[in-house]
Amino acid sequence: MTLIYLICAFVLAGLLFINRNTVFNYILVILYGILQTGFSIYACFHYKNTFLEYFSFDSLGLLLLVTLSIVTIPALIHSYLYIKRHNESQQSRAIYFSAIVILLTSISAAYLANNIAVIWIFTEMTTLSASMLIYHHRSKLALEGTWKYVFICAISITFVFIGILFLSLSLQHAGSTDLSFANLMAHKDQLNTFWLKLAFLFIFTGFTAKLGLVPMYTAGIDAKDKAPAPAGALLASVLMNLGFVGIYRFYAVIAHTSLFHWANLIIFIAAFLSIFVATVYMTKVINIKRMLAYSGIEHMGIVMLGIAAGGIGYYAAILHIVLHTFVKSSIFFQYNQLYRTFQSKSIQHVGNYFKYNPTGAIVLLIGFISATAMPPSGLFVSEFLIFKSLFDGNYIILLILVLLLLTIVIWAFGKNILKIIFLPVPDIDESKIPEISPWESLTQYILLFTAIWLGLNPPAVFVRLIQDAVNILPN
Amino acid sequence: MTNVLLIIFIISLLYVAIANRIITYVRVLALQGSILFGVTFLQLHEIQTWNLVLILLETIVFKAVAVPMFLGYLIKRNKITRESEPYLPHFISLIIVTMIVVITVLLANSIQDTHLDKIFFIVSLSTLFTGLYFIASRKKIITHVMGYLMIENGVFVLSLAVGNEMPNLVNLGIMLDVFASVLILGIFLNKIGDVFKDVDVDQLTNLKDY
Repeated sequence: MTLIYLICAFVLAGLLFINRNTVFNYILVILYGILQTGFSIYACFHYKNTFLEYFSFDSLGLLLLVTLSIVTIPALIHSYLYIKRHNESQQSRAIYFSAIVILLTSISAAYLANNIAVIWIFTEMTTLSASMLIYHHRSKLALEGTWKYVFICAISITFVFIGILFLSLSLQHAGSTDLSFANLMAHKDQLNTFWLKLAFLFIFTGFTAKLGLVPMYTAGIDAKDKAPAPAGALLASVLMNLGFVGIYRFYAVIAHTSLFHWANLIIFIAAFLSIFVATVYMTKVINIKRMLAYSGIEHMGIVMLGIAAGGIGYYAAILHIVLHTFVKSSIFFQYNQLYRTFQSKSIQHVGNYFKYNPTGAIVLLIGFISATAMPPSGLFVSEFLIFKSLFDGNYIILLILVLLLLTIVIWAFGKNILKIIFLPVPDIDESKIPEISPWESLTQYILLFTAIWLGLNPPAVFVRLIQDAVNILPN
Repeated sequence: MTNVLLIIFIISLLYVAIANRIITYVRVLALQGSILFGVTFLQLHEIQTWNLVLILLETIVFKAVAVPMFLGYLIKRNKITRESEPYLPHFISLIIVTMIVVITVLLANSIQDTHLDKIFFIVSLSTLFTGLYFIASRKKIITHVMGYLMIENGVFVLSLAVGNEMPNLVNLGIMLDVFASVLILGIFLNKIGDVFKDVDVDQLTNLKDY
């Protein structure tokens, strides 16, 4: 089935790429939506099975795959609206949709891969398809953003590859050559620690380009700014989860070796610096999309703090990353309506959104409450648990510093969002402001309320999946 | 013989550090491709023949001929000036690259490992850091790309060190080469030449918060 899914998806991408007919294009996109949903449902019924040797439906992969499929449907709907409004040429529409299909398929395959080399291959493919999405508008700035993204991702991918080579050297000491995670786990006591250390450094650094942590976060910011908002929503949510999967699966092996505390230290440093960098930029930023992108960096920092702190932090980190996917993607979808209202990305030219589009403004408000982890949002629960794990682990100074930084983030984020929603801008030509249909916000409400529901009253199966996903880590 | 080839590879890095013209960089890349051809031929004697043929073809056709030719074409087409325009003087570059090589040799000497020929480790790690240094210290985008291609060559050397046990990793390395070269060179350097008048990094500073 995995093979059928991959073949179907790539055939659909190919057809989308060559097809120029509008109706046929919609049919193909709808078919892909059905394929993706069907594959997730199939995966739910074949939990813990392994396919084609390299893919297995384990708890983390399944959880993130279902998350991705839930975000896929609104992403396709909003992409359709976006393309229709912009009067795009048929060629640019073809490239856009085929790139989005390849992006989603390769992310799904990477989630399920149980071999680090396979994750690496699909990460490469996400760079290719994401760069096509970023270059969608063919402008000078888009080209600059694409170039930076491609170059930094190419270097990070090379870093991951070097890490895999070091890992293979480490594995040779155990007398094995199979790079699957199960095999690594089986030989965890015989791995050579020197090579393993180098491997972790390189693989971690490489995947931070996708995850959005210091040191390689820069490319992602420009990418999310220049890509069309529906594609930006995918880059800011499900693609970041891909980086998380890469690091998490390898970290689970490291956690059973003597390098556990050393690896935690590395993650703490990267995570704290990410939150710090995000805070500094958040106070200054005036481009709305970049502000959302920096908020993503801050959240990934918090997630990795949870992973490094251990205990309840593991559970909270995975909960947080799932909820963040829903929240961040819904704000990015809403951004498109906001842009259509004011025709500007700058916070200075945007204001009093509540008057022009109350439905959308409430999405922004709930999104803001969720993204800053205030109750009743689901992220409040996960963030609270992460802080609790830091407290339990006796990282008091770190906790105080992070809380201070987060307070600044809430202030900066709140200042900007509340201005967008309530503060009127002078000399705005109200006759030019278009009427926005409230129905366009429906998918965003669904995503936001899913996040609240999953955080406050998680269904038993959801909790069990997360617990199963963190079972591979030491307690 | 492998050692001789790899030492020539390191010397080529020192040569690039003091090279003034862009075309020299291209020639050094071609030379490195040929060296990799030789090293592959001598090193990988345990893998299947068809796989070896594939790898050899990739090094000689792709690394040693196609990429340098395409770079030469890009330089002509975009009318890129002949100077490499480093931010630092050549003398300092030479010292920095030498320091990188010395440090990696010292680092490699501290490793006790029977599974790895140390010279592969030294060559690949020093090429990696030298490539990163070239990227950071040169002004033109095309020299950034060349720095990246050098990093790829270094990584390829490291993959050859484990190539006999895990030939698939060498194949993955080839995939990385083809992917990155096609994506970076083929699509974007072409486009960047069309859109931007000068192909300097100074041109790429407009994308920021506003």
